[in-house]
Amino acid sequence: MATVELNNVKKRFGPVEVIHGVSTTIKDGEFIVIVGPSGCGKSTLLRMVAGLESISEGEISIGGKTVNDLEPMDRDIAMVFQNYALYPHMSVRENMGYGLKIAKIPKAKIEEKVNAAAKLLQLDEYLDRRPRDLSGGQRQRVAMGRAIVREPSVFLFDEPLSNLDAKLRVQMRLEIRDLQNRLGITALYVTHDQVEAMTMADRMIVMNAGRVEQIGTPLEVYETPQTLFAAQFIGSPSMNVFETTIQNNTLSIGDITVPVNTEAKGKVAAGMRPEHVIVDDNGPLSITVQMGEPLGANTLLHGRLDGTSDAFTISLPGVHHTLAGQVIRFAVDPRHMHLFDIKSGERI
Amino acid sequence: MVEQRGLGLWFTHAIMIFGVLIVFFPIWLAFVASTVTQPEIVSPPMPLWPGDQFIPNYKKALFSGVNVPVATMLVNSLIMAIGIAVGKIVISLLSAFAIVYFRFPGKKMFFWLIFITLMLPVEVRIVPTYEIVAGFGMLNSYGGLIFPLIASATATFLFRQFFMTVPDELAEAARVDGARPMRFFWDILFPMSRTNIAALFVILFIYGWNQYLWPLLITTDPEMNTIVMGIKQMFPSGDDVADWPVIMATSILAMIPPVIVVISMQKLFIRGLVDSEK
Repeated sequence: MATVELNNVKKRFGPVEVIHGVSTTIKDGEFIVIVGPSGCGKSTLLRMVAGLESISEGEISIGGKTVNDLEPMDRDIAMVFQNYALYPHMSVRENMGYGLKIAKIPKAKIEEKVNAAAKLLQLDEYLDRRPRDLSGGQRQRVAMGRAIVREPSVFLFDEPLSNLDAKLRVQMRLEIRDLQNRLGITALYVTHDQVEAMTMADRMIVMNAGRVEQIGTPLEVYETPQTLFAAQFIGSPSMNVFETTIQNNTLSIGDITVPVNTEAKGKVAAGMRPEHVIVDDNGPLSITVQMGEPLGANTLLHGRLDGTSDAFTISLPGVHHTLAGQVIRFAVDPRHMHLFDIKSGERI
Repeated sequence: MVEQRGLGLWFTHAIMIFGVLIVFFPIWLAFVASTVTQPEIVSPPMPLWPGDQFIPNYKKALFSGVNVPVATMLVNSLIMAIGIAVGKIVISLLSAFAIVYFRFPGKKMFFWLIFITLMLPVEVRIVPTYEIVAGFGMLNSYGGLIFPLIASATATFLFRQFFMTVPDELAEAARVDGARPMRFFWDILFPMSRTNIAALFVILFIYGWNQYLWPLLITTDPEMNTIVMGIKQMFPSGDDVADWPVIMATSILAMIPPVIVVISMQKLFIRGLVDSEK
């Protein structure tokens, strides 16, 4: 159990800088999710913490100890890989105990730890099987088990669920979270799936193009996204954004004006989440529906915001049989209106 | 697989059996010749069915031979073939490991240097190699038979290709688990290459066993003859009379060890060529 500190960490591959200075402090026992699109540098950042990539600049410390120059094995971490990286020729038992065997821990002790971890993960029956005889979810558990038996101070997860099917992913998500809770081990979890980020994180780090866009609890990021990127990346379906001008606390879309509560003036990017739209036959705004997607619990209506050419999505609870061409009028609660600087993308 | 029924099935089998008979016939003749007496062979027509001299002929071949007992030659061949096969595998495993998993200056160049040696068969460099071996005083020794043939670009290349298909995460997982490079090699990479090693062993054993020119050059002492070249040495020079039954018995004996290796390792061999364990 330990804190992890990143201090202006940068990574360069040759002349190309891929991570432009990340700083954050992860508290003891905290579950941090690093989320971002492919290629944003989230995996690289995790691998730098693990010691699999060198650190070009800055400092990483684990439990108060600078680990920049330490080998992965000396950093007191354990890592779970996307493709599990189980040793194919070893049984589950040997896979889980391999790290301890290298650390020259007595056989009886290894046996004891592996059995305890197997019990925790419900792998008791499979201890003598080879990884290829296991299902995806079981392999995932073995990879977790291998991490647990080492009793590290930090768990590192590199997109561990992306090879699983949707149903199993939901289940494993809960299991991982529950396990981390019980063991109280600090965890860093990388994913591109914002649902995983929302559901699992104590705090999340939203990354884009090698920069941190926002660090905060899932609800903070959802309710008050600090940048346009964070606003659109977190939340599903993603936030509707359109360009507009603001004058005297009113926002105008074509000829329509909507009151907002802001100091901003001039051109801004306004954002509105599909689920915060209030359908109202007398509402000031409207969309012309192009396509409906009934999901069962709710229905997504895709169309264009009238008065602009911007795509706009509305999420309505329940089932709606809406036809293309239909016009839906709606109102907006000013509290759910997000405004961003059009150039920098920063929240206003 | 194409499934055939009725006439087609008979027809394909007939062709197959015919083919096998053609391939097998010379071996059969050799076997027949090794079980009859010398006069029976040289007087036409040649016998087509085994005679009653099996035990005396083979006994003579194994324990007295023409120049040297075949048993000695078998042992020599066995040592040389196993030495070459094992040596080639060890060296190429290690060099492929270095090329795939380590970053060092000149890595590309070393790989290409190894690769280029593929283009030089033993025969091309046989004179300088002889010079070197003679200079080291290794003529008529097992070392001289084995070492010059022990480096293998083909095997290095094969293992390199295999190692490159092993996911990087495996090496990283081992690193996180605390395995140093050689530990990773022994505990993970070596067992994973098991089937490839077996396949290669079969091929290289036969390669070593069938070496002819090299042993012929560097062994002058009959005690160091290998069996493949030894057969040729049994041929008479000048006015001697060839002891054909014994020569044929030697040929048959020379075939047995490779056949045993192939049959006993067939399962692993085929698995090594067909699939990799991942």
